[in-house]
Amino acid sequence: MQWFDDSALTLAAFIPLVGLALVLLIPGAKEQAIKVTALVASVAAALVGVGILADFDYSHAGRLQFTIDKPWISVIKARYHMGIDGIALPLLILSMLMVVACVIYSWNHFPEPHSPKGFLALILLLEVGMNGTFIAQDLILFFVFFELVLLPMFFMIGVWGGPNRQYAAIKFFLFTLFGSALMLVSFLAIFFLSKHQTFQMNELAQLGGAGIAHGTQVLVFGGLFLGFAIKVPMFPFHTWLPDAHTEAPTVGSVLLAAILLKLGTYGFIRIALPILPSAARTWAPYIGLLAVIGIIYGALCCLAQRDMKRLIAFSSVAHMGFVMLGIATLTSFGLNAAVFGMVAHGLITGMLFFIAGSVQERYGTREMRRLGGMLTQIPRLGWILGFCVMASLGLPGLAGFWGEFPAILSAYSPARLAPGLLNGDHLLTFRIFMVVAAIGTVLAAGYLLSMYQRVAFGSVGAEFESAHVHDVHVPEWVAWTPLLLLITALGVYPNLLFHMSNGAVTNVSRIFGG
Amino acid sequence: MLQNAWLVPSLPAAAFLVILLFGKRAGKSAAWWGITAVAASFVASCVAAVQWVQRVDDATGTSNGLAAFTKGVVTTNDVHHVVKPVTESVTWWQNGAVKFGVGTYVDGLTVLMLVVVTLVSLLVQIYSVAYMRGDRRFTWYFAALSLFTASMLTLVVAENTIQLLVGWELVGLCSFMLIGHWWEEPENSRAAIKAFLTTRTGDIGLMIGIIVLFFTVGSFGVGATNLYATGAGAHHDLLLAAAVCLMVGIIGKSGQFPLHTWLPDAMAGPTPVSALIHAATMVVAGVFLGARLYPVFFNGFSIASGGVNFMALIGGVTIVIGAVLAFVQHDIKKVLAYSTISQLGYMVMALGVGAWSAAVFHLFTHAFFKALLFLGAGSVSHSAGHTFDMREMGGLRKPMPITFWTFLIGSAALAGIFPLAGFWSKDEILVNAGANGFDAFLIVGLIGAFLTAAYMTRAVWLTFFGEFRGHGHPHESERLITGPLVVLGALSVGAGVINAAPLGLEKIKDWIEPTFAFPVVGHAAFDYPKAVLSVGIAVVAIGVAAYYWYRNAERPLLSGLTQRSPLARAGYRFLVNKYYLDDLYEKVIVGGIQGAVARATYWFDQHVIDGVVNGLGRGTTQLAHYTYDIVDQRLVDGAVNELAHEADQAGAELRRVQSGRVQRYALLLFGGVGILSLALFLTNTI
Repeated sequence: MQWFDDSALTLAAFIPLVGLALVLLIPGAKEQAIKVTALVASVAAALVGVGILADFDYSHAGRLQFTIDKPWISVIKARYHMGIDGIALPLLILSMLMVVACVIYSWNHFPEPHSPKGFLALILLLEVGMNGTFIAQDLILFFVFFELVLLPMFFMIGVWGGPNRQYAAIKFFLFTLFGSALMLVSFLAIFFLSKHQTFQMNELAQLGGAGIAHGTQVLVFGGLFLGFAIKVPMFPFHTWLPDAHTEAPTVGSVLLAAILLKLGTYGFIRIALPILPSAARTWAPYIGLLAVIGIIYGALCCLAQRDMKRLIAFSSVAHMGFVMLGIATLTSFGLNAAVFGMVAHGLITGMLFFIAGSVQERYGTREMRRLGGMLTQIPRLGWILGFCVMASLGLPGLAGFWGEFPAILSAYSPARLAPGLLNGDHLLTFRIFMVVAAIGTVLAAGYLLSMYQRVAFGSVGAEFESAHVHDVHVPEWVAWTPLLLLITALGVYPNLLFHMSNGAVTNVSRIFGG
Repeated sequence: MLQNAWLVPSLPAAAFLVILLFGKRAGKSAAWWGITAVAASFVASCVAAVQWVQRVDDATGTSNGLAAFTKGVVTTNDVHHVVKPVTESVTWWQNGAVKFGVGTYVDGLTVLMLVVVTLVSLLVQIYSVAYMRGDRRFTWYFAALSLFTASMLTLVVAENTIQLLVGWELVGLCSFMLIGHWWEEPENSRAAIKAFLTTRTGDIGLMIGIIVLFFTVGSFGVGATNLYATGAGAHHDLLLAAAVCLMVGIIGKSGQFPLHTWLPDAMAGPTPVSALIHAATMVVAGVFLGARLYPVFFNGFSIASGGVNFMALIGGVTIVIGAVLAFVQHDIKKVLAYSTISQLGYMVMALGVGAWSAAVFHLFTHAFFKALLFLGAGSVSHSAGHTFDMREMGGLRKPMPITFWTFLIGSAALAGIFPLAGFWSKDEILVNAGANGFDAFLIVGLIGAFLTAAYMTRAVWLTFFGEFRGHGHPHESERLITGPLVVLGALSVGAGVINAAPLGLEKIKDWIEPTFAFPVVGHAAFDYPKAVLSVGIAVVAIGVAAYYWYRNAERPLLSGLTQRSPLARAGYRFLVNKYYLDDLYEKVIVGGIQGAVARATYWFDQHVIDGVVNGLGRGTTQLAHYTYDIVDQRLVDGAVNELAHEADQAGAELRRVQSGRVQRYALLLFGGVGILSLALFLTNTI
């Protein structure tokens, strides 16, 4: 299977591109052919993912595997360098899985203005960017894939979005573009300041910022921080998110929440921490602070929402706060929690957005005060929502818990950090963060249950009493079943994921002495 | 069975899945799947219990322990033998070089809990077949009961604190689902959410406690934690911190003051659920946690030193706070709920005063008589026109004799009347509190005993005596309902004999109390004067209460008093409003966060943070216009006439681009990037 090892990652990134080309070649009127092509392409990519899962050497999860390293743009020493380890693998698989789910979910209901051709083409283009970002091992290659994601998402919101789509799309685009511009500057700074001028992540990580003065490192880290923190999004750079989510079509929201946000957190773990470790020690207390502010702040904003989808959007701010808190501790506990949290949030919040879309489609509104009694009218959807709500509030036994609890745990004992807040007592600082984050779990239960109460409990309002509302459709079942099973499986037996991530995570935490 | 204890929770878990997937099609028979599974679990638990007893007897050299028990042979064995728990575990998750397990930790406490949980669950499920007949979510109800049983058993066998947390939260989930079983009524779903949120507030403490313990001990393991806490080098301050945090979790889960307010509201759920979850099993999870990790509390709170500590104090306050409120309830289930709060207070206080055996003993007997009382209340309600309001009952002793007699037995057991189960366990708590130097708590316990006997007399009087005040024709319930009542009635009579010290039976101490990693606790000898005193107090209370309600059946004295005395009126109002704690929590705290704080935050988000963002956007656009108008058009244009024309053209182009169509920006950007990379690629290959 040598050929597979050599080409798997190229296939993973570019099979969707082939699918995209084929979709574009088919005339727009032949919708069925377009849908089948898109499905085949996304499933083919996912099969490559299955192959990688089967072939991956889990006992050496920390080692880059399936590597491809060829010259690309020699002038600037950029290489076509791809590889995958235990941190990237689960995210790549998540991305492939969510795309398949999205294609299936869209099957019979494309949002206005319909046009499956354009819509599916954008999804496939998005997948190229998402898959590529997780496997790129060269900063320029990473940047290209990272930016490639913007375009299809911009169009998806701008064309297929809700009433205020123009504003949301532009905001999303400019906000992230602003961040990535600074990120690019930092990449270039790293390139020019490092001992050896290189864009290869593994070489840079080995250098670990050698030769760059601490003050410079801190500045350069700042650029990376902005680029990634906007994507996560961290407080106070999050305001593009609720608007983008509120306006985006269902599938766009799902991919945005499930995958796009992870590009930011992944960037922290893959690039910012290992390449500029001493700056990371300086930044960590502040990142932790913003993370816990995000946890509480996001939760409070959730409590003020009337629109179900906007509530879920704000909940992402809170949940990603846990991921960032884990990262900020710079420990193996925290980083393992972060990787788990990313996958869990992707599955769970992805599901919640799917459901919000299905509610919108059935009732024509997401206004929670008009909804109610979903458990009576469409019990299956009601139960699935209940399940996802429980998963989202971090119920042990489901996936969400394993991202949240170890993250809180890790804050008890962070790595050795540079003096920062509270006169440099980072132990005390992070223990306060721990308590605040734990309080955040109660607020999470509060806003999620109050949403569930408004939407699912009680009786159906007069408005929809006689409406013919269909319970879960076949495409929905097909798209959702694997996600629901994974949420359960990861919750019951978390080692499924920890045994992937742990080996790779320790590579990073070792830098910080953990 | 000791090695394969995982089977015990697995059977109901499997039943849950089967009922969930195929229950709808099977209809009513689905209930019997759950019952079969829990019956099998019960048998397995009994086998485990017998094996554990043999293990202990083998270790202590007492052969034929069971035979000796049935014959009432006195076994005195003062030699301290250590009987290790049986632990099994498999990898569950990992971090760094450490693998964390999930598994089973079986010792005396475990097998006792296994038997209690499976037995009560079995009886409650049988009862529910009749009680819930015709319910629109009949099969779902049984699925949830099975899930609950599985979760509770997972908690009981937990080998480490994370697993304990998992079980802990899952029983909370089941409690939530079952309290809200009839969620069409907003009141029920509100009660369900209140229960979930209140216990979760306590769980902040539990989580942090587990974290502190982990970093103190270096392991999540129950055995390792207890070994550490009993060891010589234990870090007292950290254990104190952990104990305080865990105690917050106990307060939330076991209905202790001041987080007890969810428990009376939880009575919105079906009555069998109240019996199983909110009396016999889930609410004792906190007490179980205290007993399971007892060395942590013992060391952390310095219980051996005999001073007032957090744990004993909370328990003691809860005894009185709960019992007093039981007097002002009209709803029979709420009387029982406040009674449960008060009795849980006894257990927590017992742990706090170093009376481990007594706490566990009381947990054991309370499970039976309180489940009995709840099921009895359900039977009464079924018969008396589906109400729980005691003002619409009365005189029911004649039409429903089985319910009456079993309820009376349960009440007497609760009141601590000799020789019923509650007498032995409550007495042991009181005696040990005194013997360990906690005299204040002994007195609190006696006050509680008085109050308990009195409010139960009131409830029994209002329900079963006097004239029937309700509607319909009361009748005895069917056998599926009375059967469990009779079994529980028998247990309420006899369960106390297991640790009846004067008979030489101290099996809780001999078999159940851990010998491995356990602090040295004293065991007070049976104290006849104190026993007579506590029974005497109960009898007096019953007499006073019976006389009072007999005399004032028509026009209670108290209402006259509250009319006459403003002080009494204020006191009464204070009680009826449940010390205003609900108002504080729901209106001030929850209302404040959900209302003002959340709205203010969101306003800040939309107007301040987003205002900055939008302002920056607008500012940039303004700057662009300014640049174009002033710099470009006037300065450059004015200076170089030749270029002016060109600039004008370009400006017009730019203006079109700037029309807000970001597609164009994007096209230009990506076109640019594309051309650039193409150029680089070409130069590179050439």
